[in-house]
Amino acid sequence: TMGLLDISFLSDLKRMNKRQVFYQFLSFGMIVSSALMIWKGLIFVVVLSGSMEPGFYRGDLLFLTNDLEDPIRAGDIAVFRIKGRDIPIVHRVLQVHERDDGYVKFLTKGDNNAIDDRGLYAPGQLWLEKGDVIGRAKGFVPYIGMVTIVMNDYPKFKYAVLGLLGIFVLLNREA
Amino acid sequence: MNTFLSRLNSLFAMTMTVLAGLTFCCFLSTVHHTHHSIAKLDTPSVLVRQAPDYMIGHEINDLGHMTLNIDADLNHLFNWNVKQLFVYITAHYKTEKNAFNQVVLWDKIIRRGESARLQYSRVNPKYYFWDDGFGLRGNPNVTLALQYNVIPNSGRLLNIYAEGRHVVSMPENYIKGRA
Repeated sequence: TMGLLDISFLSDLKRMNKRQVFYQFLSFGMIVSSALMIWKGLIFVVVLSGSMEPGFYRGDLLFLTNDLEDPIRAGDIAVFRIKGRDIPIVHRVLQVHERDDGYVKFLTKGDNNAIDDRGLYAPGQLWLEKGDVIGRAKGFVPYIGMVTIVMNDYPKFKYAVLGLLGIFVLLNREA
Repeated sequence: MNTFLSRLNSLFAMTMTVLAGLTFCCFLSTVHHTHHSIAKLDTPSVLVRQAPDYMIGHEINDLGHMTLNIDADLNHLFNWNVKQLFVYITAHYKTEKNAFNQVVLWDKIIRRGESARLQYSRVNPKYYFWDDGFGLRGNPNVTLALQYNVIPNSGRLLNIYAEGRHVVSMPENYIKGRA
């Protein structure tokens, strides 16, 4: 066993304490997760409205996939944008009609809404198409996105946080 | 003041780390669950008519109407990491115009703590069963299935089919009258 530990990189490892090894694994893990996210087309979005309560509340985080091979089906939670508007909407698919040539049109509805989304679509638009969909929600983490919502709703809070961070940095420098 | 701020910072970082760890463990602890259940569905009455769909510019389409019998016990699906089941019944079928159609007829939100014993007899569907075209009349295979979206405290969002589908053969004739 003494022979093995003579090899230089293993002796480096021996010299690192537990915390450093742990951080190495953590950095490696972050690289692997980023690669996985890019490869699988995984992105995430913060829930902005209460139209999917009590399942999703404002500030919850959803992990989305946009796998074109996996067809969109009723019951899926789709995140989409209406043409001409920026805000992504998270609602459930209520109806799907798919033609032989692959063209799909579908209708959505928020769980907490009494009626379907036709009133939300662009004027003259009766259905959503594949191109409108950013992805489908496959994973869920609660509350984490609350920070972005507070920052958006209360810009004074955003400036206060930035200000505090600036002060913190300056104070540290002086010390 | 300096040590107060840095202690606050450490406390905050520790809290966030512990919460993140707990959330991750919550997800890991239930990742292997299969969420299997059995449902009995039936359609005591099935009708089809042609009507103008005023929601889409009065375009005339087939409109189905089927009352539902639902019998399923989903209580065993709840655990510490399931906060809600979104249960829904879909009808899927093929028509000349569209290779695949799927329409939600009925849904229900069941939160943890509420009874998940579904026993319904001759209930009306929650949503109109509009076809995109005239593919419902005489359609021999409209399959009804009970599905549920398992919404966790943290983790994967899954849509699961209950075992037990019900195939409906739609009537050959339209009924007259207003929708």
